[in-house]
Amino acid sequence: MDELKLYTYIAVFGTFALYFAIAWWARAGSTSDFYVAGGGVTPLQNGMAIGADWMSAASFISMAGLIAFLGYGGSVFLMGWTGGYVLLAMLLAPYMRKHGKFTVPEFISDRYYSKTARIVAVICLIIASVTYVIGQMKGVGVAFSRFLEVDYDLGLVIGMVVVWVYAVLGGMKGITYTQIAQYCVMIFAYTIPAVFISLQLTGNPIPQLGLGSTLADGSGVYLLDKLDMVVTDLGFKEYTTANLGGTLNMFAYTMSLMIGTAGLPHVIMRFFTVPSVQAARSSAGYALVCIALLYTVAPAVGAMARFNLMNTIEPAAGENLTYAERPQWFKDWEKTGLLQFEDKNGDGKVQYTADKATNEMVKVDRDIMVLANPAIANLPNWVIALVAAGGLAAALSTAAGLLLAISSSVSHDLMKGVFTPDMSEKNELRAGRITMTIAILFAGYLGMNPPGFAAGTVALAFGLAASSIFPALMMGIFSKKMSGKAAVSGMIAGISVTMLYVFQHKGIMFIPGTTFLGDMGENWFFGISPNAFGSVGALINFAVAFAVLRVTGPAPAHIQDLVDHMRIPTGAGAAAADH
Amino acid sequence: MEDNTSYWQENIRLIFICLAIWFAVSFGLGLLLVEPLNAIRLGGYKLGFWFAQQGSIYSFLGLIFWYGAKMNKLDKKYHSEG
Repeated sequence: MDELKLYTYIAVFGTFALYFAIAWWARAGSTSDFYVAGGGVTPLQNGMAIGADWMSAASFISMAGLIAFLGYGGSVFLMGWTGGYVLLAMLLAPYMRKHGKFTVPEFISDRYYSKTARIVAVICLIIASVTYVIGQMKGVGVAFSRFLEVDYDLGLVIGMVVVWVYAVLGGMKGITYTQIAQYCVMIFAYTIPAVFISLQLTGNPIPQLGLGSTLADGSGVYLLDKLDMVVTDLGFKEYTTANLGGTLNMFAYTMSLMIGTAGLPHVIMRFFTVPSVQAARSSAGYALVCIALLYTVAPAVGAMARFNLMNTIEPAAGENLTYAERPQWFKDWEKTGLLQFEDKNGDGKVQYTADKATNEMVKVDRDIMVLANPAIANLPNWVIALVAAGGLAAALSTAAGLLLAISSSVSHDLMKGVFTPDMSEKNELRAGRITMTIAILFAGYLGMNPPGFAAGTVALAFGLAASSIFPALMMGIFSKKMSGKAAVSGMIAGISVTMLYVFQHKGIMFIPGTTFLGDMGENWFFGISPNAFGSVGALINFAVAFAVLRVTGPAPAHIQDLVDHMRIPTGAGAAAADH
Repeated sequence: MEDNTSYWQENIRLIFICLAIWFAVSFGLGLLLVEPLNAIRLGGYKLGFWFAQQGSIYSFLGLIFWYGAKMNKLDKKYHSEG
């Protein structure tokens, strides 16, 4: 244990020192540096930074655990969180880069010639980003408290200080270069244990191939077939076919995540940092390469973790693990309360089944799978230490990106754009740094006193982005006639319907007891779960916008010329606040 | 102006092709047709399951780079500056 702690300290503080060094080297001198890294980031660098920005504690820690327990149903996250990049590369990124502004609300205000549109966009952006950032801060606190055995609150404060130093000092420039380092830490931390485990189980070092291979125990049985057999014998749904609430729900869920991804402002913002329209297109490709490296390994991590867990508890049918002889990792996670055992039949052995009456593993938290995986597979301590550093890198990099999106929308869109347009660049830079500091303190406060709804809000963030921001941006580029009135009505309609649906099933602001239809499958609209409703909200957004457009008439001629200009790639200068 | 219109039309045509494939590999092969496809095996993978958890992601990658390359050619054809 002491050796593990030493390695963990070295891995965590070594990576932190690296982030600080990069922040010092890449400090921001202008608003252009601060918001878009001076527009000089290459596509590969930008791809890695987007990867780190995008892959949060949820991707790193939770996703493989979700897949482990949902099986095929977990595919909605894999397809949903990668397919959005196709939409970004083809429908949004190149045109928004051509237009050449700093923020998403600024683009919306230019295209829809209205300050109201800008304010509506800022509100959508802040709700989506704040809800997201709480989860990241919580992830930082949890990772510190588990791996370094410090207090949760102290861990959170350390995390806040680290983010503050490099985000406030460096702005987008500092964040971009730090995120490149964080991406490397993260991807090593994720793939190395996966390679080890794949090699152990199947003899194939490439996890993507190992998942489709036969077991190395000489039986010649395919890993997935064996896993299907083991889980169905215990009454669980078959791993490779387990559905998630029906085909329609999976369809809507995947679509929501895809268009939500394409509408998340902190991701779109990154495309303003590249030098040209062509670079914006290839950035999306490199980003997906960096993300796919982790996302194609995740199904293997999930399935193999489930396999190892089942195998530890019941190595052969009927020969269950004796509780007194349980391995060390079992005891460690029991201490956290995330793994709980109750000897219902009093035989001193562990029975893990799908039947609630006889199941003795009363709690197996999905989030522990990635973190516990190296220990379950008996991997060396330095691998476990690396996973700790990777989890922290994932949470910190996403938090920094979100904080920048929040501070730029307040300092650039609200203060400079709406209230005090004559602010000097120096003052705007100072305002950006001050709002970011306030945002970090606010996020830290929420991380220490997490509202009960923290988990539910990530789904809300995607729903909001999918139902408000994505349709507005897409219509702004592909429909020349789309007018400001129509787009604002669409955004408001889409976001209201989605929020109403989520609140009526999950409670107003997620307060239990305030649901007015109950969180029951029977009351779901065509069986679509609240998490999957963003796609319906987006449809409503499009429908309302085109209906209003028909009644109120098209956008003025100079706006139609602006769209024409956006569609041709030549003459894209560096992203700038003024023409 | 003529040039810009046909540039845009060619771009729209490309986007339609790409999004049709995007939809087919994920929602088509990975979701709607998953049951019949699962009868076919790809090593230890059932084919439908493979598309949902691996194949769709590889296809997305191919699509983005193919679209990027095609667009670079179009940019050269219509706007030599790009």
